[in-house]
Amino acid sequence: MRILLMGNPNVGKSVIFSRLTGVHVIASNYPGTTVEFTKGWAEYKGKRVEVIDVPGAYTLEPTSKAEEVAVEMLKEGDLVIDIIDATNLERNLNLALQLIERGVPTVIALNIWDETKHRGININVEKLEKLLGVPVVPTIGITGEGIKELFSRLEEAKRKKPIKRTEHQRWDEIGRIIDRVQTLTHRHHTLREILEEASIRPLSGLPIAILVLFLSFKIIRFIGEGLIGYLLEPLFTKLYLPLIMKLSLFLGSGGFLHDILIGKLIEGGIDFIQSFGLLTTGLYVPLAMVLPYILSFYLVLGILEDTGYLPRLAILLDNLMHRLGLHGYAIIPNLLGLGCNVPGILGTRILESKRERFIASALISIGVPCAALQAMIFGLVGKHGGQYVSMVYGTLFLVWLLLGLILNRVLKGFSPPLLIEVPPYRLPPWRTMVKKLWMRILGFVIEALPLVLLGVLVVNILYFLKVFDFLANLAAPFIHGILGLPKEAVVALVIGFLRKDVALGMLGPLNLTAQQLVVGSVVLAMSFPCIATFIILLKELGLKDMLKATGIMIFSAFLVGGILNLIL
Amino acid sequence: MVKQISLTHLRRGQSGRVIQIMGGFGMTRRLAALGIRPGKRITKISAMFMRGPVTVRVGHSDIALGFGMASRIIVEVKEQ
Repeated sequence: MRILLMGNPNVGKSVIFSRLTGVHVIASNYPGTTVEFTKGWAEYKGKRVEVIDVPGAYTLEPTSKAEEVAVEMLKEGDLVIDIIDATNLERNLNLALQLIERGVPTVIALNIWDETKHRGININVEKLEKLLGVPVVPTIGITGEGIKELFSRLEEAKRKKPIKRTEHQRWDEIGRIIDRVQTLTHRHHTLREILEEASIRPLSGLPIAILVLFLSFKIIRFIGEGLIGYLLEPLFTKLYLPLIMKLSLFLGSGGFLHDILIGKLIEGGIDFIQSFGLLTTGLYVPLAMVLPYILSFYLVLGILEDTGYLPRLAILLDNLMHRLGLHGYAIIPNLLGLGCNVPGILGTRILESKRERFIASALISIGVPCAALQAMIFGLVGKHGGQYVSMVYGTLFLVWLLLGLILNRVLKGFSPPLLIEVPPYRLPPWRTMVKKLWMRILGFVIEALPLVLLGVLVVNILYFLKVFDFLANLAAPFIHGILGLPKEAVVALVIGFLRKDVALGMLGPLNLTAQQLVVGSVVLAMSFPCIATFIILLKELGLKDMLKATGIMIFSAFLVGGILNLIL
Repeated sequence: MVKQISLTHLRRGQSGRVIQIMGGFGMTRRLAALGIRPGKRITKISAMFMRGPVTVRVGHSDIALGFGMASRIIVEVKEQ
């Protein structure tokens, strides 16, 4: 049996989904589309049943890709749980009536039931159930109230004869139902509503946005640095280092295998950043330098997402984003890109036109440094002082802006207008947040760790074969002449294709000046995307546009690097 | 006196009744799905400066829409 969870966006569908299903869930694309859905399993009458979290839809007469997919998936389900936002009955009934009209076996979950009381909404559930002719169960996704009853009433859902109605007749019917089941009482503005409005009005909204972003940044650094300083750094130096030193001695402190696994000894000891072996730098960079920031970044981003702040940021920034050929909502994939460019570029799917997706993907892969790279920028450039870190960020932000302005001028077409629902502020349930955070961190470890190790391995083998000496000599005039970097830096730029964090780490032992590090960081951030981003760009944009984006990247990276070298 | 103005000319906090949506089938349907259709009562909550998006309340939900789109939604308001 296959149960479909359907409903408008922002009705708490995913929360109910994670209540119904266990830990084992799969996110995948609907065949032939870029629309993602999640699938899990639940127990129903002693049997394992499939539960699908269908993409949010306002109507079955599709107005978007997600809605087209929802309609397609409807054909493959046996039973629908339609999740309705009880505080928004009228609009949500549109979808419910369409499901009932089609004769689909349906059970309705009247979700967010707890909020109806303090919003002065009174709904007569029995009457609603009678008028609709399907089971209606009030639920509170966050606490799990009503979910058991919802499940126990699934068997009452029966396939019925389809009804024919025009759109007009449907809205009339909804009006009649609302008149009979819902009464509203007046009540005063709550503190939450005052906050909600303040955050989208320009005069109060912009300071709030600055404060939120500033605090987010502070919290990310606080947690990231805390994890490194108090947990991972001691773990690696106190526990892991002695062990790995023994292995180094056992391997004879040198030789091919030693160089691959442990790397070079720096002043007779292992230096986790400079030694560059699989078991030293290969593990230290992703786990002790990057992972803590990935964790803290996604934690804070998850809070911003699930409380409902991001759509408000989209409204505030809509004007700016339009100048870059995008609309306000495009700020979300850009923010995601600060964690890792891959989900950022995947996130551009929420944008409708090909033009927008190209601009957004190019901006993310060029101007938005991922958390791994940022962690290394803080680690390496930060040693020379905060002003150099600011220089890197300032340059990248300027590049992001200018590139968007230029692309918007050069590319044909226009940016479509913003049209979004602004959800109320909600306290996110920790269960869904933890699940999401866990999936994201697991994703990083599974995808990044093998690539980092591969990167370190490739570097060591190429060193052994003296390929780098050849490359370095070849590129020396270029690298030295334009960017002012020593010829050895070419190795880092090449490795940047595999992992940017490893690449920046390779600049460490070169004894660069602060200015050179700034140039190196900026060029690395802007130039060729890492291999994971490269593959995603190819998948999302197609070969032609991917090559176009890559061309822009390489050209702008050397242009900006060259300018920086001249003025610093 | 009853006046017909576009959503963009509505004052903050003022409400009116939607009487016409001057747009194609696609736009009308997308707006209807979000609850904005002729006959509905609509309240303007805020507008960003420099022709930025307009946020309105319809029923119990808030919808933000681009300036151009908002200018094509005609509402009826009572003015003293």
